[in-house]
Amino acid sequence: MAIQQISVFVENQPGKLVEIVKPIADAGLNIRALSIADTKDFGILRMITSDTPKTIEVLSDDLIINTTKVVAAKLDDRVGALLYVIDFLAKEDVNIEYVYAFTASESFGAYVVLRVDDVDKAEQVLIDNNVPVLNEDDIKDI
Amino acid sequence: MGRYYQPEIETASREEILRIQNEKIVKQVKHVYENVKYYRDLMDKKGVKPEDIKSVDDIKKLPFLSKADLRDSYPYGMLGTDLKNCVRIHSTSGTTGKRVVAFYTQNDVDLWEDCVARAIVAAGGSKGDVLQVAYGFGLFTGGAGVHGGSHKVGCLTLPMSSGNTDRQIQFMMDLGSTIICCTPSYAAHIGEVLAEKGYKPEDNKLKCGIFGAEPWTEEMRQTIEKSLGIKAYDIYGLTETSGPGVAYECEEQSGMHINEDHFYAEIIDPDTGEVLPEGSKGELVFTSLDKEAFPLLRYRTRDICILSREKCSCGRTFVKMCKPMGRSDDMLIIRGVNVFPSQIETVLLNEGYSPNYQIIVDRVNNSDTIDINVELTPDKFSDIISENLAKEKKLEGAMRTMLGIGPKIHLVPPKTITRSEGKAVRVIDKRKLHD
Repeated sequence: MAIQQISVFVENQPGKLVEIVKPIADAGLNIRALSIADTKDFGILRMITSDTPKTIEVLSDDLIINTTKVVAAKLDDRVGALLYVIDFLAKEDVNIEYVYAFTASESFGAYVVLRVDDVDKAEQVLIDNNVPVLNEDDIKDI
Repeated sequence: MGRYYQPEIETASREEILRIQNEKIVKQVKHVYENVKYYRDLMDKKGVKPEDIKSVDDIKKLPFLSKADLRDSYPYGMLGTDLKNCVRIHSTSGTTGKRVVAFYTQNDVDLWEDCVARAIVAAGGSKGDVLQVAYGFGLFTGGAGVHGGSHKVGCLTLPMSSGNTDRQIQFMMDLGSTIICCTPSYAAHIGEVLAEKGYKPEDNKLKCGIFGAEPWTEEMRQTIEKSLGIKAYDIYGLTETSGPGVAYECEEQSGMHINEDHFYAEIIDPDTGEVLPEGSKGELVFTSLDKEAFPLLRYRTRDICILSREKCSCGRTFVKMCKPMGRSDDMLIIRGVNVFPSQIETVLLNEGYSPNYQIIVDRVNNSDTIDINVELTPDKFSDIISENLAKEKKLEGAMRTMLGIGPKIHLVPPKTITRSEGKAVRVIDKRKLHD
């Protein structure tokens, strides 16, 4: 369960993001979700693609990459939907490092990607509370 | 007090100075051979006996000492007397993890302070002056050396140590400092802050400053002289021989007189070790003629310079050295602190990083900055920003412990450090340090 996120260390300089994104596009891979965190010197590009192993393969060997398991939880389209989800985690003492959101088609809906300190526990808490979460197969063909 | 602190020696004839040096070297080599096993072994290996050294002309027969020898003999291997006879330790950076530790007997401290006193008097100092010591106090020789010399001259001594510029200025203005001693970059910084606070150069009572521990240019001298309204004098020294006061400038401001009664200077070819004729540019080598506790013979300073025996209008007869024109090794002097790239490499390896790094040194508002780019490795990389920043902070802490100054660490992707002709460029020094 859970899904793989690829993180790439990027220098905070013009053209660096292009160097990463271009081979992914050229290989026909779809970036489903993406977030960039930045500091003065560097940024960290985090993304979920349609094929994690293939994405890693096409990225340059010179890049610093790691993969992390994250939880993608479905959000209803209503006020308080995010609160509803993260409240379950807070009550169970799961710490969230960062969050970003993505959508696909209208039928697919909106999801939040949660990077947490204990991914197995977070996922179980959400399932127990009937919050839909994605697994690897779900993101292959959205 | 007049123009000289010890006129009988500072203005002695060449013959007299040579006679003193010849007498001292014979005794000193015997002292070292008998008491310092490390150097005795070096002499034996070279087949030189103390009897072979009859005058300073024979010094060239002796083996050299370098930082590497001081590392190998750390901490007591160069000690020339019983530890019980020592009263002081000072320390400077080594090339890697171990620092150089220098010992002093009371006599060593006395002679060192005499040397500094000569420098203060040469700059126009005397009893009645208020001397502000803005060099760092501690293991660094700057603070303690100038402090002691100032006492010898009879100046009212303000042991401020370095930093806290607002307090420096408050004391300077309220207590009427007439002489200030610090690194030239700090002097320039104080000048700037004074101007920012609305003071004009004539508002302070300073008449001169004695600045050393780092390279500086004539251009910087003019900046300091203008902003503080003073005469700025250079002073030279190194912990391995004593500290500041090995050589000092007189009113002529055209090179530093070496205290030849205590230190014998040679210029050598840094590649071959051959002694070069007078007036040649080469590496400066010092032999301590009086040191009891840490008596280094033929210590290679790695400073490149030229010696001149041209007659000086000040009346001093000591040989003059020019401002060091560079280094024959890769040592950097940053905010007066000696830094070797090998020290940085040692920290990186200890902390589990690859030894791929680049040091960028610059001078911003007269203060040196040091930034180190470190190539990140996949095992150190986290998708969480704060964890990466924490790694930078931890590395900065380890660097500060090793170097004595805190660099800014920047993690960079692998293979991004500039390489020229396949060789990584380890140091980019953007400062203008030499004329």
